[in-house]
Amino acid sequence: MTEDMRQFKQVTCTINGVRRTTMVDVRASLTDMLRNDYRLTSVKKGCEVGECGACTVLIDGEAFDSCIYLAVWADGKDILTLEGLEGPSGELSDIQQAFIDETAIQCGLYSPGFIMTAKEILDTGKLYTDDELRKLLSGHLCRCTGYENIMKAVKKTMYKRLGKKYPD
Amino acid sequence: MYDIKALYEADSVQHAVQLLLEHPEAVIIAGGSDVLIKIREGKLAGRELISIYGLDELRGIRKEEDGTIRIGSLTSFRHITADPIIRKHLSVLGEAVDMVGGPQIRSIGTIGGNTCNGVTSADSASTLFSLDAVIEITGPDGIRLVPIEQFYLGPGKVDLRAGELQTSILIAKDSYIGYKGHYIKYGMRNAMEIATTGCSVNVKLSRDKKTVRDIRIGYGVAGPVPLRARHTEDVIRGCAVSAETRSRIGEEVREDVHPRDSWRAAKDFREHLCSTMAMRAFTEAVRKSGGEIDD
Repeated sequence: MTEDMRQFKQVTCTINGVRRTTMVDVRASLTDMLRNDYRLTSVKKGCEVGECGACTVLIDGEAFDSCIYLAVWADGKDILTLEGLEGPSGELSDIQQAFIDETAIQCGLYSPGFIMTAKEILDTGKLYTDDELRKLLSGHLCRCTGYENIMKAVKKTMYKRLGKKYPD
Repeated sequence: MYDIKALYEADSVQHAVQLLLEHPEAVIIAGGSDVLIKIREGKLAGRELISIYGLDELRGIRKEEDGTIRIGSLTSFRHITADPIIRKHLSVLGEAVDMVGGPQIRSIGTIGGNTCNGVTSADSASTLFSLDAVIEITGPDGIRLVPIEQFYLGPGKVDLRAGELQTSILIAKDSYIGYKGHYIKYGMRNAMEIATTGCSVNVKLSRDKKTVRDIRIGYGVAGPVPLRARHTEDVIRGCAVSAETRSRIGEEVREDVHPRDSWRAAKDFREHLCSTMAMRAFTEAVRKSGGEIDD
């Protein structure tokens, strides 16, 4: 294979439960591929250097910053974005609804990333302390909300899913 | 889009060696949490990259027949912290790498990348120094092993020659059996932070927990590359487990460290940190070993 042929690569992966194939420029980040090729615009471009967490997606169930992940590495992977959380008729998932109920959203730019990490946290089915939750959510920045309501949204959903009473 | 001249994806370690020989100017990309950011900054813009990210054979942790713990160089921080072998035998390493960046960085960042980057602040480095880790390097002439202290040649410079890549980090049985360690990272905030200074202390106590049979102290950002406090270790080996010994550690480490002024912290503040952190990490390592320091 000549060098110039290597500039594009066919990438097949599962995105939000559907198997997809596209040709990607090898210089593209996973954020670029998800936004440009698949129009999954919940994957936000924030800092693009892995600091802010706005581009967070789950890859094989683990939260990654898609901005510092080469698109070609997604070949064979299972990727989940915020769009994959909604129900068949566009219903919001429990954690999305909790973000609304707790006013954990202001401008909304950083919300999808937070929600994807929250999805991973909640799917473990564990009960975390506040300190543990803060650490698990620490890969995200948000300049509007001051984080308290985000903590509350995640914590309330965690208690609800575990059938436990939320401590006031 | 990243400013990348060309990307070559290795499909085996041997293929990676071949690609490195064919493209001597190329940069190895493992997880990319350092390389891609340097491309964005412009420092590595326009370069050829050799991706080893797909080499699953370099992932995972296993205990070999002779008790050596082998950590594949591409194992992510997150997988190191969660690994049952690490939790049982090298909990200090799992705790140290759990302080790197934030959760998503710990999903992509690899221990091999953290050490090959050659920076003094790497959270894994001081602990690997204090564990007497050995670096396994694979190249055109096969495999060679280098103690981690010799692997670091200078800031950002490690002992990788033409066609070579780091493939594993090894911790020998004698280096961990009977030892307990503690790592402290000092930074301005708890997450997404680079260590102002890091200190990792490993101790082995006598059976009655009264004597320090062995001590190994590793530092990050106490010099241009991570380092061991060899002088202090020699002084403390054989001392009683006591508050006096702890104070002695705090005094003696000042002989070993040589931090500098930087925008993160002043030299004298870092010296103070080196001293205080060694004492605190010693206290914790003793506690984890079942010993006690009377205050």
